[in-house]
Amino acid sequence: MKAVFTIAAHELRRLFKSPLAWIILGIVELLLAILFFIMLSQFLNPAPWYAGRGVTEIVAAGLLQIAGIILLLVTPFMTMRIFSEERRTGTIRLLFSSPISITELVLGKYFGILGFLGVMLVMIALMPLSLLLGAPLDLLQIGAGLLGLLLLMASFAAIGLFISTLTSQPAIAAIATFGILFMLWITNLAANSGSETFKAIFTYVSLLNHYDNLINGIFISADVIYYLIIITTFIILCIWRLDAERMHSR
Amino acid sequence: MDREILISVNAVSRYYGDHCAVNNVSFTVERGEVLGFLGPNGAGKSTTMQIISGVMTASSGSVSIAGFDIIDHPRSAKTQIGFLPEQPPLYPDLTVDEYLRYAAQLRGLGRATAALAVDQSKRRCGLENTGRRLIGNLSKGFRQRVGIAQAIIHTPAVIILDEPTAGLDPIQIREIRQLIKELGAEHSVILSTHILPEVQTVCNRVLIIHEGRLVLDKKLDHMQPEGQKQKMLISFKRSPSAGALAAIAGIDGVEQLDPQRFRISFNPDADVLDALMQRASSSCWGLCAMVPETDSLEETFMRLTSAELAINPESTGTTA
Repeated sequence: MKAVFTIAAHELRRLFKSPLAWIILGIVELLLAILFFIMLSQFLNPAPWYAGRGVTEIVAAGLLQIAGIILLLVTPFMTMRIFSEERRTGTIRLLFSSPISITELVLGKYFGILGFLGVMLVMIALMPLSLLLGAPLDLLQIGAGLLGLLLLMASFAAIGLFISTLTSQPAIAAIATFGILFMLWITNLAANSGSETFKAIFTYVSLLNHYDNLINGIFISADVIYYLIIITTFIILCIWRLDAERMHSR
Repeated sequence: MDREILISVNAVSRYYGDHCAVNNVSFTVERGEVLGFLGPNGAGKSTTMQIISGVMTASSGSVSIAGFDIIDHPRSAKTQIGFLPEQPPLYPDLTVDEYLRYAAQLRGLGRATAALAVDQSKRRCGLENTGRRLIGNLSKGFRQRVGIAQAIIHTPAVIILDEPTAGLDPIQIREIRQLIKELGAEHSVILSTHILPEVQTVCNRVLIIHEGRLVLDKKLDHMQPEGQKQKMLISFKRSPSAGALAAIAGIDGVEQLDPQRFRISFNPDADVLDALMQRASSSCWGLCAMVPETDSLEETFMRLTSAELAINPESTGTTA
């Protein structure tokens, strides 16, 4: 397990050495700050349909909702180079000839990227929490929402990690990851037309549907388990894929 | 005087689809041996090295390193391996120190031992003053050294270097060769190269691989073929006839290369050169150069790799 930590620390250090990580952090923060400001000013000049809803529901939940969508767009750029670049530059041979198992390698990479996403989560969380200075907040609802965002990001990252093992071109990994994430998101919309069972299945598969529950403060263990299953599945696929690569590839 | 076998390769084959890159290769390497791996492009050298170092798995056959099978006990086997692939596995955005520390930790060294190992490895590869520089800004030669430093950082029993001197200038090549010789004293080293003289200066054993098959496995001391003629190139200012040369006792063959130069072959046991010099000075031939032909490895290489090509259509037909 020491190897997992070594690889994770290395991955995180390299991420923060590249301008990409800083630019993504900066842009996500800027976009969310603008949206936060807009939502806050809407809350201060309430329209009739806001009646009965508090600042947590409107500003905090709204912000987390949009953060989920922005991260869907951004995570593919973070995960695209994890394995594809190692393969393109040949550094994967250093890892394969080292006394570490593929599982340790994949987990190390995954925790490295989770570390980065954790930093992002903290920065996003600081915005709604800053409202504590002037208003009472439903901290449990925000907590559920942040847990949801963490699970959502972790799922995005697991899917992106797997896609990056399939190609040696980071750009292809990014666009493929984005396509898959987007599809998993809009199955929700596709479900609206169709029979009752069709609708139920597609709504359930949708990545963002389970997120909505958590944002609104509804903690259902099935939602959490759904994300954990997605994460585990894609990490296992990733391990299989790298194992198979040593057997058959090039 | 223990002859400890560190690498043992048993009947390894590797297929890429239908193409057979490595075909039933077996050999062993003992501690203290520096093994030169020769072969034309695409002969399967890199594939074999990647299989030995665990980067790829063999389609059939087995590899064991210091007694550990690379598939069944990968962790124990791989701690004994240092591998420099053809393209050094470097992260251009790290400094040399950071990179080597990471490589040391990957190989399972603790934080404190890793720092010592980094220092020692840098010293051995002449990288003392480059520790804080970014790998991406280093010249090709220095990158190659970082690649070697990475391979020896955990003092593995087995060092596998795929074309370690490719792209280096002559001074660097000499330094790297010296380093490989030093390493060979206490480790087993396998190195592949295209440069035949390199094998002669560095290695004490040579393998030639051609179209995936091992066609030669010889200790280098035996490379000078016993019983065979020694050859020498000689040139004169005023050339004698080839017949006059052949008349000297002990000279078995004379080949005229151009009006001034001859290649003679003779039995190394007889004092042929004395006789030749006496004859040359007494007849005023103006002997100006005598160069022993030491390219027997090159000859062997050419014979094995090109002869195979010629007879190949039949031989593959019968073995298939």
